[in-house]
Amino acid sequence: MSKAHSFGRFANIVLLPLLTLFAFIGGWEAFVRLFDISKIVLPAPSAIAVAFSDGFFSGDFVWHFAVTMYEILAGFVFGALAGLLLGFIVALVPLAERILYPYIVAFQTVPKVAIAPIIVIWFGYGVTSKIVITATIAFFPLLANTIMGLRAAPHDQIEMLVSYTASRWQVFTMIRLKQALPYIFVGLDVAIVLSVIGAIVGEFVGSKAGLGYLILQKNFNLDMAGTFAILIILSAIGVGLHAVVSFLQRRVVFWMDTSGERVVGA
Amino acid sequence: MPEPVPLARVSFPSMTVASRPAITDTSRETLVHIAGLEKIYATKDGETIHALNDVNLDIGTGEFISVVGPSGCGKTTLLKILAGILARSSGEVSMQGRTLSGPSRELGVVFQAPVLLPWRNVLQNVMVPVEVQKRDRATFDKRARQLLNMVGLAGFERKYPGELSGGMQQRVGICRALVHDPSFLLMDEPFGALDAMTREQMNEELQRIWTESRKTVLLVTHSIPEAVYLADRVVVMTPRPGRIVDVIPVDLPRPRTLAMHNTLEFGRFVARIRAHFNSAGSIDA
Repeated sequence: MSKAHSFGRFANIVLLPLLTLFAFIGGWEAFVRLFDISKIVLPAPSAIAVAFSDGFFSGDFVWHFAVTMYEILAGFVFGALAGLLLGFIVALVPLAERILYPYIVAFQTVPKVAIAPIIVIWFGYGVTSKIVITATIAFFPLLANTIMGLRAAPHDQIEMLVSYTASRWQVFTMIRLKQALPYIFVGLDVAIVLSVIGAIVGEFVGSKAGLGYLILQKNFNLDMAGTFAILIILSAIGVGLHAVVSFLQRRVVFWMDTSGERVVGA
Repeated sequence: MPEPVPLARVSFPSMTVASRPAITDTSRETLVHIAGLEKIYATKDGETIHALNDVNLDIGTGEFISVVGPSGCGKTTLLKILAGILARSSGEVSMQGRTLSGPSRELGVVFQAPVLLPWRNVLQNVMVPVEVQKRDRATFDKRARQLLNMVGLAGFERKYPGELSGGMQQRVGICRALVHDPSFLLMDEPFGALDAMTREQMNEELQRIWTESRKTVLLVTHSIPEAVYLADRVVVMTPRPGRIVDVIPVDLPRPRTLAMHNTLEFGRFVARIRAHFNSAGSIDA
């Protein structure tokens, strides 16, 4: 029975989406061929596959992929660390909250994409400006979630610990930090996905390398198949990084297991 | 099991007067002395709530006190003040002669909800007081395992709270309150969330723990039979303002059995306590 059950799971999780994908690609290929769609409007999947392998084996994609990955990861790390740090300060020092918070909120409402051109002018066309843009975008999810998480500790848990003569520091390390972790991981997950956007936007504004730079170049040459190939790489980066964060989340915040029985009707 | 200690009879004349001198069980050394205790809350609308009004009570060392009363009578407030996690408005509370100014290492508190930390396994949860108070882990690790064994949770040391039933979680909470061997145990409706069967089991268990360890216990409950079954004295409180209206010594022989619930004498105690609520509002039994 368990064998049949696990096959059912396998079919549900792997087989079904895979079948959908094949059907979609097959339909796309047939559509382009049957109606003779111009390749500068919509390239066929086969053409995208060729562009992909060309880009990969010429080393083109590998180099630009490495540049963009570097921008994403560096920007994410700096932005997330800054957000965490400031989040701790704002949550723990009331004075800091009163002084900083209004400005933080004001700055948060500014679309980061809109200040990208300024940052490129300040930090140049190299990777630095992309790292800065990515960092400003990754900063806020961590800041907001850290503040919220550090305040999420239930009152009864704190009362319990204090009744055993716990100090403020012990309440912080034994409860508040732990309660903040689920929130911080939500922030990390949002930030990592936004970081991909940040790096690409930065490259669009002005750059000499990277996948965003490559997209602009391919677009300029009306190489739609190449553009699509890069889009596949970009979504793979997003999915991969999200998976890494999710994996860490399940490891670190193991007590928030969501795989339990589903509530009927929910 | 040690022989039950005969409890001295104390007479309580005219118990219904709100302000009266502190009630003392003279056969015991006083552990906790409460005199003229007041607690006044201010609500957001600027109203004031008189949660405790002129509460006077002396608790003897090794005594088992039950506090009964309907919701809002201030029994939880009283417990939190004794636990040192809530400030009093006025009045005097001292423990072993020293004025109470905060939580004490000599205290074990069992809360209404188990309040376990979900990222700690059962053993780590029981060890919380030991860690907080920086006591020797090796010594108390052994004691924690013994306690878990006593409440029937041997083999569950590495389980997480999410894997336990409500009754099991509450038993972990009780082990946590006992692990650092406190002399004074405060229990706030610890069995309120349990089904009737488990509750009776836990009552028996608690009586056994108390008999063996000779701790002082203050048990807040809204079950009159539970209060009578366990207590040396039952403190009866009524709301608005929260105050003590009666203190009833229960001289039923120990160890008490569940069968005693059906005796005439037991019924008399229950009736005497219940009589206080016929006028003051309803109470769960």
